[in-house]
Amino acid sequence: MSGAKFRPSDAVDFLVIGAGAAGGVVAKELATAGFQVVVLEQGPYLHEKDYSHDEIKYTFEAGLTNDPKLQPILHRKSEADVAVPMKAIEYGRQVGGGSVHFTANYWRFHESDFRERSLFGAVNGADLEDWPISYADLEPYYTKAEYELGISGLAGANPFEAPRSKPYPLPPMPVKSSGVLFERATKKLGLHPFPAPVAILSRPYQGRAACSNCGFCESFGCEMRAKSSTLVSVIPAAEETGRCEVRANCYVRKIEIDSAGRATGAVYFDAQRREVFQRAKAVFVCANGVETPKLLLLSKSARFPDGLANSSGLVGKYLMWDLGCDVEGLFEHPLNEYKGIQVTRLIHDYYAADPKRGFYGGGGIDARFDFYPAGYALHGLPADAPRWGSEYKKMLGTYFSRTMTLLSHTSSLAQEKSTVTLDPVVKDAWGLPAVRITYDYHPDDAATIKWLIGKQVEILDAAGAKKTWVQPWEVTDNMPCRHLMGTCRMGKDRSKSVVNEYSRTHDVANLYLVDGSNFVTSGRQQPTATIQALAYRAAEHAAGAAKGGK
Amino acid sequence: MSSLAMAAWPEVLAAQEQARERAKADGGEFETLDKDTAGEIAAIAEQIIPSTDGPGAREAGVIYFIDRALGTFARDEREAYRTGMAELQKKREEMFPGSAAIASLDDEQQKALLRSIENTDFFELLRTHTVLGFLGDPRYGGNRGKVGWKQIGFEGWMAYQPPFGYYDAEASGEKKE
Repeated sequence: MSGAKFRPSDAVDFLVIGAGAAGGVVAKELATAGFQVVVLEQGPYLHEKDYSHDEIKYTFEAGLTNDPKLQPILHRKSEADVAVPMKAIEYGRQVGGGSVHFTANYWRFHESDFRERSLFGAVNGADLEDWPISYADLEPYYTKAEYELGISGLAGANPFEAPRSKPYPLPPMPVKSSGVLFERATKKLGLHPFPAPVAILSRPYQGRAACSNCGFCESFGCEMRAKSSTLVSVIPAAEETGRCEVRANCYVRKIEIDSAGRATGAVYFDAQRREVFQRAKAVFVCANGVETPKLLLLSKSARFPDGLANSSGLVGKYLMWDLGCDVEGLFEHPLNEYKGIQVTRLIHDYYAADPKRGFYGGGGIDARFDFYPAGYALHGLPADAPRWGSEYKKMLGTYFSRTMTLLSHTSSLAQEKSTVTLDPVVKDAWGLPAVRITYDYHPDDAATIKWLIGKQVEILDAAGAKKTWVQPWEVTDNMPCRHLMGTCRMGKDRSKSVVNEYSRTHDVANLYLVDGSNFVTSGRQQPTATIQALAYRAAEHAAGAAKGGK
Repeated sequence: MSSLAMAAWPEVLAAQEQARERAKADGGEFETLDKDTAGEIAAIAEQIIPSTDGPGAREAGVIYFIDRALGTFARDEREAYRTGMAELQKKREEMFPGSAAIASLDDEQQKALLRSIENTDFFELLRTHTVLGFLGDPRYGGNRGKVGWKQIGFEGWMAYQPPFGYYDAEASGEKKE
């Protein structure tokens, strides 16, 4: 790899834990601002030549994600239940993190997302709060992210979108048959379809080639470097400064603090599972909405007996889930949806929460196809279809090329009882406590999903579907959760939040946390744009603080 | 270790390929399964995806996929196969006294036997592996000649040009079926 080399004994300016959507941005911002940066990533350093279209490796095996055989996860619906092993959560585990294998949907939050408590009011059984920042505070950073990473889309096409200071740097991707059918149907229903904003290049950009429409985005690494992951954009830029070292296969087990309560670096297992202590003047944790609180909970000390930066007791609480439901439609002619990126059209008409519905929540609906051949054969057909034999085989021959999906992306309420904790018994392959997830829906989350299923069926019918069917959507069916949000929430009141409005912990002046864990509300899923905007903003603040000697 | 295993993936597959060649040279066809068990599992796979209306599990070489899978990424499932097949053989003897093997049952008998277990975890495992062997990447030893992909209309190229399907072609003024 290119980039700098530091010794563990060098107290570098910044240590960044996690080289994903946020960590890559932070590393690049700090290195280009002149700071020395070491990035520790638990997964390997892979490149486009390492990727393939191998469905077995990337969707049936943990090719690019956390492997529960090495890092077990337990799940229970409530504290009263016994937690059982289950791949409840999933994250990208390599340099580039989830930005490598994500579907690449890149939605900005709406203005309302930052102040839903004020707009909607309190919700029983949940802690719905306003963010301490507004959309206007984040707008410049959304724009910066879109231009530095390379996002394709059409500004102004979504009448519900918040004001933008600049259009997208790249035009939208070519529309698929699902997009054409969806656009016709939603317009017929008086709705407002628009081209999907995606972190995929519709044209060559910054030395990278345009997308070849191979169709293997979700769950796969891009062989063309056309998916705008941090791996192919900001991380190389960070390394080119000569001030940033990305150290792969390094799994952090503890952040250390000194007697003054400042972070001094982190202890990690290297590829040979030797313990190494990397010194640093300041630390960024960008490990994701589950691994970040886990690391804080592991980093106990006399000063922080309940976990680092956890004076509020909220580290690991308010986990929000990746919610939604697939509704499939069968059409007369072949759509060949496996060609091209997953999503080309969507609507935000049902995005905002509306008290008139009688429950909190809302969602986006996109037209997509995210099945690959074997996955479709195992999980794509209607529940009442034959599961083996000649009729099954015949159906696959007709259905695979003629199915499209409408997927809802729905709100998930922050509940204090939804938590990431350390399992008291089960250990991972390094001897660290396994993650234990306690999560169940808020009733309003389920109500939102059900309400949108009706809308999804209505749209498919208007599109002329010959048959529609609803996929399972109960909480265990929505596993693994890939949008890991809320577990170190942002706020002004240090008793009610873990980080301040710049993603700096209230408790430790030189410790920043930035990833989905900061989220106060879930938006309508698709958290990556907001994670990266927060990362740009936090890095700018940290650079300013470091220059000022803080 | 997943990271090591992942980094070494091509080597693992290459080693498997060599082992397969060696096994062939030794006169045996399979690496993990004995010949009789392979014949029994093959008969089940051929019921799950039969060779009706085009190539099925047999032509795709699904049994060779399963044999290799049980020596590689699915090695943890070997015990499930051992106990699952033993129970299935017992069931066969109960349902068809005097029969010798699943492979030698007639078509209707095989179907009846599978219907009796179709809601079990073991059947789901057999179904999953059969589908992976029919529609997975051919590098795993199944989906020979990409017959599975052809059967469902998946082309499997690295690049496509729009229009992709009937409706986007229609919208753009190009005809496509």
